[in-house]
Amino acid sequence: MTALQRRATAVTRIGFPPWAQSASGVLLLLAAFEVVPQAGIVPTAYLPPLHQVLAALADEAGRPVFWFSLYETLRGWAIGLAIAATAAIATGLLIGTVPLLRTATHSTIEFLRPIPSVALIPLAVLLYGADLRSKLLLIVYASFWQVLIQVLYGVQDVDPVARDTARSYRFSRWGRIRHVVWPTALPYVMTGLRLASAVALVLAVTSELIIGAPGLGQQIALAQSGGAVPDLYALVVVTGLVGIAINVLVRWAERRLLSWHPSVRGEVAA
Amino acid sequence: MNRVPRRLAATLALPSLLVAFWWWASAGSTSFYLPPLRQILAVFPQVWTVDRFETDVLPSLARLAAGYLLAAVVGIGIGVVIGRSRVVRGIAEPGLEFFRAIPPPVLVPILMLFAGIGDQMKIIVIATGALWPILLNTVEGVRAADSVLIDTARSFRIGGLRRLRHLTLPAAGPQIFAGLRQAVSIAIILMVISEMFAANEGLGFAIIQFQRSFAVPEMWSGTILLGLIGFGLAWAFRLVERRVLFWYFGMRAAARDH
Repeated sequence: MTALQRRATAVTRIGFPPWAQSASGVLLLLAAFEVVPQAGIVPTAYLPPLHQVLAALADEAGRPVFWFSLYETLRGWAIGLAIAATAAIATGLLIGTVPLLRTATHSTIEFLRPIPSVALIPLAVLLYGADLRSKLLLIVYASFWQVLIQVLYGVQDVDPVARDTARSYRFSRWGRIRHVVWPTALPYVMTGLRLASAVALVLAVTSELIIGAPGLGQQIALAQSGGAVPDLYALVVVTGLVGIAINVLVRWAERRLLSWHPSVRGEVAA
Repeated sequence: MNRVPRRLAATLALPSLLVAFWWWASAGSTSFYLPPLRQILAVFPQVWTVDRFETDVLPSLARLAAGYLLAAVVGIGIGVVIGRSRVVRGIAEPGLEFFRAIPPPVLVPILMLFAGIGDQMKIIVIATGALWPILLNTVEGVRAADSVLIDTARSFRIGGLRRLRHLTLPAAGPQIFAGLRQAVSIAIILMVISEMFAANEGLGFAIIQFQRSFAVPEMWSGTILLGLIGFGLAWAFRLVERRVLFWYFGMRAAARDH
């Protein structure tokens, strides 16, 4: 760190510490949410002021259907993510450790991955209707690739010396995967899971919004068609909070599982 | 000399096998929802005619391009401003984290309030969804620029546009492109969703219409077309990335060889 930067850090630390920056950021956002519609910059019919949205939120929180929807969204998210992660990790380890499979599947993965999962919505509706299974089909398809790609990167990253050492000591195939490949790939797997957990939430809410599977997305569609604008905003805010909660949860799990890894150890020491 | 054919064989072997398997497995299919591949391919040219491209596919792609470009300009612009100042970053961070966490499709009903269900709404939906990965990656890339380079630029009094052109943007380039790449897939998803939710033309609308009228082979052909578009855009993006960031890929390749 240069002298100049050190001085700059010292100044911000005394004058405007990070927590105050975050706090003022939150306050500014909340104030804008209240003032902009009140001042008539945006019609209140389109953007209700904060206190109305908070009232709607409190109102929603008193209704069982809200909690049921929240539960349904989270359930779809968790089941879908678990299926996608298990399948992707198993497939990734298999493809990654067999060079022939790797070259053979490369083009197929590159072709299937960019296919937008929403293209499957009509198929999901026809096959399963507004059901948990259609939600899962979309979530699993979208999250699978996120994890798979990261597992493949991770397997590729294995230190050749460690690999050859394991081979010299006649580690079994399973032993090599368990003690050499897996620890190397784990940080990548966690990155994949973090990306996939966000994507899974997007697809869970999308399937509820478009297909009408029970959940927060369905409630949003209902609020929209019923013209309940403050409720609409309240529910959208809830999806944002769910997104933040999921992100925090995954980061926490990442830190726990990788506490031995240099990247995390460095962070803790600093 | 025989490396090229061998690579071609490795690339094409599994896809052709899969298509062949789909063809074979679905040939005798009597399931209403899973028609034979032969039938899907037979309706494909009938459904996706030149007329249809003009009325449904091209408008969708035009909205996609408009929304995406808007997101790129706004995202990189604001990202550079936020990334350069520690205080602005501290203030903006909570808001950015929150907006990023909102699943973009739920913005469709809200933006419909403001902009109706016209082209404008769809472009704004695409732009607001694609904005966040671009913005956040730009902030991150600008912030993480090499401090020696920053100090050098400051010592030589390189400021303003020259600094932006020669220091900030190249330093953040790889990260900005990572954001731009994520934004492509989000933009496609939002293009389809905005049309499925409320529209009277467009690719997403056409596909959902086939599904509602139980025109199953036609619906499948639409799904395949969407897949091809997704693949084509990802491919085109890689071409652009390789051209713009050729120095970065060169640097990485050199680092790997050592």
